[in-house]
Formats: sequence, C-alpha cells, structure tokens
Amino acid sequence: MAYNTHIGSLDAYEKGTIELKDDLRKYAFSNVYEVAGKSAPFERVAVAQNLEYVAEAVRIEGDSPWYAAPHDEFAIVMDGEVTFNFVQLEADQVPNHDGGAAQLGAKPNGPTMGKVTARRGHQVLLPQGAAYQLTSAKPAVAIIQTCDGPVTVKRWSEICTLGDA
Amino acid sequence: MDIQSAKIVATGTDPDTGYDSFRLGGFEFRRDEYFAHIEWPKGSHIIEIDRFLRAMVRDIGWGFFYGWIFFDDIFGTTNHYGTVDLFAGAYDQGYKDQGLDHLETFPAEVVKEAFETISQNWINQGYDPLNSPLETGSPLGPKTTERTDELVRGFRPATRMLGLPGDAPVRSDETGHPTNRAFADMEFDTPDIECEPGFEGQLHAINLFDHIARADVTWNPSFTAITRASICCVTSEEHMLPVIHGNDRNEWFFQLTDEIHWQIADKNSGAPRGKIVMKPGDVCAMPADIRHQGFSPKRSMLMVMENGTPGLETRYASGELKPYPVDFG
Repeated sequence: MAYNTHIGSLDAYEKGTIELKDDLRKYAFSNVYEVAGKSAPFERVAVAQNLEYVAEAVRIEGDSPWYAAPHDEFAIVMDGEVTFNFVQLEADQVPNHDGGAAQLGAKPNGPTMGKVTARRGHQVLLPQGAAYQLTSAKPAVAIIQTCDGPVTVKRWSEICTLGDA
Repeated sequence: MDIQSAKIVATGTDPDTGYDSFRLGGFEFRRDEYFAHIEWPKGSHIIEIDRFLRAMVRDIGWGFFYGWIFFDDIFGTTNHYGTVDLFAGAYDQGYKDQGLDHLETFPAEVVKEAFETISQNWINQGYDPLNSPLETGSPLGPKTTERTDELVRGFRPATRMLGLPGDAPVRSDETGHPTNRAFADMEFDTPDIECEPGFEGQLHAINLFDHIARADVTWNPSFTAITRASICCVTSEEHMLPVIHGNDRNEWFFQLTDEIHWQIADKNSGAPRGKIVMKPGDVCAMPADIRHQGFSPKRSMLMVMENGTPGLETRYASGELKPYPVDFG
C-alpha cells in the first residue's frame, strides 16, 4: 500500500477541530501556518508556553533584524527555505537578560561564523554566544524553541480557537 | 506515603500456557492466551494482552514518564521521581465508590525490575510491542520462545541537540534505521551548512523529519533539543497510544504531519470531556488536569514540548501553579 503523507504550508493548511466540554482557553489551540499567515514578517508569536519557556511561530520574509539570546534556541522550518546567518558575539556583547531572544540594534561587529540554509523539516541550532539573522526571499515559516523574552509577541485571544464551555 | 520493600516474586508456571505468574506487594499478575489478569486484595482486573504489553514496555522505557500512565481506565502507575505508585481503580469513580480501589508505592527501580521480569517472560519471539500492529506479529497464544534482544530501545535522549559531537545520533541507514514505509512518499534532503574558517563544527542543523521518518518505534517521544529545562521531543505515531497519559504538568503537542485524534477525559475521574483532532501545523496544550489518549490513522509525526524543571509536579499538585498554561489576561 502506498501512503500519502499530509503536510501543511502557508498556502495550504487545514486546521483541526477541538470539541470539548471545557474552557477551550486551557488548550490554547492554534495553527502555526494560520498564525504566520496573519503575522507581519519576523513577529515572533508565542504558540506554546510552559512557564518561562515558549515556542514562537515566525513568518520569515526578507531580512530579519539580528537577534541573540543568553541560551541555546532552536528553529524548525515548517515551510519555505530560510537562511540563518551567524556572527560570533564578543564576551561583552552576549546578552545578560533572563531569557528569550533580544533584538540587536544592528549586525554585531564580531566575526562571521557562517550560515545555514534550511528547508521544511530541518532543525537548526541557534547557539548561545552567537547572533543570528533569518532571511528568505519568499514567505517562509519556522517554529522557534526559546524562552519568553523581549521580542516574544502574545496575542492568544486572536490566534486560539475559543468557544463556550 | 508507605513505601513497599517487596520485590517481584515468581509464583508459578501455568501448565497449559507456559507463562509464569508473579507477585509484587499486594498485586498478582498472570496471563493466559488473550489477557493479562491483575488481582489485589479487594478486586481483580483483566486487560487485553497486546495493550498490557505495549503499555508496560513503554512505561519501562519512559522511566514512568511524567505523572500518570493508565494502562487502561483502571490499572496504571504514577511517577513520583524516585518512587512509583501502582494503582488499580484509584482514579475510577466506580471502583472508589465500591471501595475496590488499591494503591501501593514502591521504589522506582523495584517497579522497573518487576515490569522487565514480567515483559521478558510474557513476550515471545516475533512480537514487538514497540512496533505498530501492522509491523509485528501477534502476542496471542501460549508461550513459545522468549525474545533475546532488547525489549526497550530508541530511548537515548539528546543532551543538547541530536547529531552534535558526543550527543545522541540522528537516525540513518548507517545506524540501521531505514525510512518507514508510511513516509516513503516524502523527499528528504540535508540542510546546507557553510562555516567560515575557524568556525568549523560550530554551526549545526539536521533534517528532523527524516529522523522521525526513520523511527522503528511508535508512541515513544525522545529528546531532540533542549533549551535550559525546555525539552523538544519528537515521535512517530501510528495506530493508538497504548496508554492513557495523565500529566503532572502542562505539555504541548505540535502536529508536524498527518493527523491524530485525541480523546480527553478528566484526570481524576476519567469522565469524558471530548476530543481534539490535530492536523499539520496545529499546536495544542494538554493541561495538567486531564488524561489523554491519541489515535493516529496513518503514521504521523508529532513534536512534544515538555518542561523538565525539577519539582514542578509538586507545585502543580499543591495548586501553586494553575493546571493550564496560558493566561489570556
């Protein structure tokens, strides 16, 4: 038997359903393609939160600002092709806020480490000690595993399926 | 909490089926051709053997996971991270109302040894409870030949990220993990990594979907990437989750491909709350006051985000933390 694997994209996705005798806000049900489709480029919208940890859905279109975090982050490309550019931070440039990505004012002046070009299904390490920039010529989508931080956007009421208990 | 000192004891061999029976504290375990039978001082229970073995082997491999693992609505374990409860009817309103419920607490290594002993004796060659039903033989019938290979596999977690030097490897043909038949239609490439001189090996990326597509186990999340105590786990899911999971904290599901149907119930009473159908790109929290069981009609890819912060279970249990993750303001 031949199988047909179903995947989603910005242009073609079908959101599932949630039918519960409960407060649907407790489940915060959303879809990363829907969220990215309604976001401005590089808005990092929280779609999951575990206390201080979040996962952000990001629409990548053009060149992003430069970001850095005081810990490892990870990106999974869910649609399109994304290039991640990396610059090594000097010791005094490493962010010292509690957690999450912070937007830098400009490209850091440290040495260029290289780049990773990733497509659907690829997971990329955004290492502590490096600044990074996301670029894509066409709209793309990624999920970023990180901490709740200065650039995390929260609009749960807009992105989640809600209803009466 | 009284912690039992008893260990597993073999209590006999069934002359017809050839399987051994066992005692652990007040619990007695025996199997026949079709079913596992569990008895305790105030009651007894019967579970279809395939489901029982699929649940037991995963419970071993998960290290009893987070919170409650219900083999079915009646029997299961609760992880206290050092000790483990074995319970029967303790989270079923009917059993509790009739006074038939039973719970005993053991050191975790005692329960692990007990489950390994039972599984080893009750699993025959040709049956692998970690495979999907279409990919393995039957667990039914009398004892034939015990398996000699590892009952538990695929549980090596990453400590930072899969594929980094010294960390857990990414699955490949070389590691003995061919692409599963259900993902044969997908095309997998590798990310392009270009390091500047002096930075070789400092940038890292993998094809996560390819890694999942090569899993030789189902319903078996394994650590992939870790941000402090935030753990990304991925797993391939086919047929049904052979346990009902009641978490002791909030967790999140990300449906990467295909779809999973989740049945949701109240964690303490088992009363149904409804269902969730997750499709590619969907994200959903599993609150800390529910139990859930998944059904995946076609093998699918799921990512799970867990918070591994030590002591969270007591903060949720005490009510210090709300049993749901998001404050809508």
